[in-house]
Amino acid sequence: MTMVFGVPVQALLGQLLVGLINGSFYALLSLGLAIIFGLLRIINFAHGAQYMLGAFVAYLLLAYAGIGYWGALILAPLIVGLAGAAIERLALSRLYDLDPLYGLLFTFGLALAIEGSFRYVYGSAGQPYAVPQALTGARNLGFMVLPNYRGWVVVASLAVCIATWLAIEKTKFGAYLRAATENPTLVRAFGVNVPLLLTFTYGLGAALAGLAGVMAAPIYQVSPLMGSNIIIVVFAVVVVGGMGSILGAVVTGYMLGLCEGLTKVFYPEASNIVIFVIMAIVLLIRPAGLFGRTA
Amino acid sequence: MTEAPLAQPPSDFRHEPSSRGTQPIVQSLLKVRGLNAWYGESHALHGVDLDIAAGETVTLLGRNGVGKTTTLRAIMGILPKRTGSVRLNGREMIGTPLHKVAAAGLGFVPEERGIFASLTVEENLTLPPVVAKGGFTVEELYALFPNLKERRRSAGTQLSGGEQQMLAIARVLRTGVTLLLLDEPTEGLAPVIVDRIGEIILEMKRRGMTVLLVEQNFRFASRVADRFYVMDHGQIVDGFAAAELPGRMDRLKEALGV
Ligand SMILES: Nc1ncnc2c1ncn2[C@@H]1O[C@H](COP(=O)(O)OP(=O)(O)O)[C@@H](O)[C@H]1O
Ligand SMILES: [Mg+2]
Repeated sequence: MTMVFGVPVQALLGQLLVGLINGSFYALLSLGLAIIFGLLRIINFAHGAQYMLGAFVAYLLLAYAGIGYWGALILAPLIVGLAGAAIERLALSRLYDLDPLYGLLFTFGLALAIEGSFRYVYGSAGQPYAVPQALTGARNLGFMVLPNYRGWVVVASLAVCIATWLAIEKTKFGAYLRAATENPTLVRAFGVNVPLLLTFTYGLGAALAGLAGVMAAPIYQVSPLMGSNIIIVVFAVVVVGGMGSILGAVVTGYMLGLCEGLTKVFYPEASNIVIFVIMAIVLLIRPAGLFGRTA
Repeated sequence: MTEAPLAQPPSDFRHEPSSRGTQPIVQSLLKVRGLNAWYGESHALHGVDLDIAAGETVTLLGRNGVGKTTTLRAIMGILPKRTGSVRLNGREMIGTPLHKVAAAGLGFVPEERGIFASLTVEENLTLPPVVAKGGFTVEELYALFPNLKERRRSAGTQLSGGEQQMLAIARVLRTGVTLLLLDEPTEGLAPVIVDRIGEIILEMKRRGMTVLLVEQNFRFASRVADRFYVMDHGQIVDGFAAAELPGRMDRLKEALGV
């Protein structure tokens, strides 16, 4: 058997793939967090709950409306995004003039309330969600066997991240978003409806979390706690990438997923903390994050 | 030095600002009455009155810190804590949401220029939505500001100070607003660039735009302005036509501490 640094290549590639898949979720989630933080200056603690909601909406759509994975992939982000927009309009928008801490506390409380309610109804155990028919099975890549669904997750999340990045960097909407991130008052004085832009942006961030939730359902099961498990890591990703940096969030998401995978191969005991160790080091050396602008 | 005479306006002055200008204003495009504004608890404007007729270029003079920038920001509504009346074409702007002010015809070029670092020059230029016909086209603006065309793919803040000022002005000219609030456009710029900005303002006048200009540079202001207002302590304390400027120069210089 081929070995690299005393580790079988098979095991190495296997863990790298797991890392890449985890990284896909980190990237999708930290992308939404970074967009929201950039414009609203709110650390969205409800992001994990919105991810969980995406998965649950998919599960409920299947259970009660017979709508399968592909329908859920469109509908669940839409529903979670609209719920997010409503929350921004009704609650978050009233907190902008206050200390940012209030926004953080509100979203934290919201996350607890959503997760608590789902745990009350569905318990802590996960509900299974089947891999869609078209993506069952696996293919042999020669050096390893790749389940089709996992391959799809990697490709789809990469496509969504790139599309979102392009929309922000290359379109008029993106220009409004970037400008309003720098100076919302001036953009508003130019006649852009910035309050609406904020609502839309929060909805967009929530929808991305919901989308990640749908994609996660067949891999991690649908459980009320799935969001709180992953969101702490995602916060670390955002801090390492640089608060508010879109590109930083995406690149760091994949990178830290891979780091985690590698650690599982070489020093499994550390695999749960490696991301936080990296975060601590980055904060010491580059407090603005790897991609953050040092003011 | 004893107290500047301009700092002591006649007590009834605030209520009849137009009586001070030489030409009586028939129809104001902008009519500001009793404008008060606050930064938090700090009361910065104490009943500003001013009138600007369509097509006029009016310059607001005053020492540093008397409230010129605050006046523009309060007219625009960027400063939310304000009372009094700001009428544009008869329409009350106080109470109008900030993002609807541009559509009413007000354009704003801030003192700090407000060029966006994360936008290219061209994105900066085309950012403000067009609110009315009659604005400059991008081609016209590039003809007027060839530097901006050359550097249209650079990040906005990579431009020199003068180019950033041109961009800040050009960006508002595209939108078709009728009244431009221009805050110290020549501050810290080289004389050639100051001349260039003077030409641009004259071109704006030719196209019938109305300008409320805050300026410290007399020579520059006298080239472009039809009328002047003088501010002190958050109030308008004097107003006169451009023709009266030479005769008042010495007194003004003393009052403004230049
Ligand atoms: N952002 C602000 N917060 C608090 N006070 C301010 C702010 N900006 C200006 N001021 C105060 O308001 C007064 C008027 O300032 P400003 O309008 O900028 O003067 P000018 O433009 O005539 O130099 C000054 O006393 C200044 O210190
Ligand atoms: Mg000023």
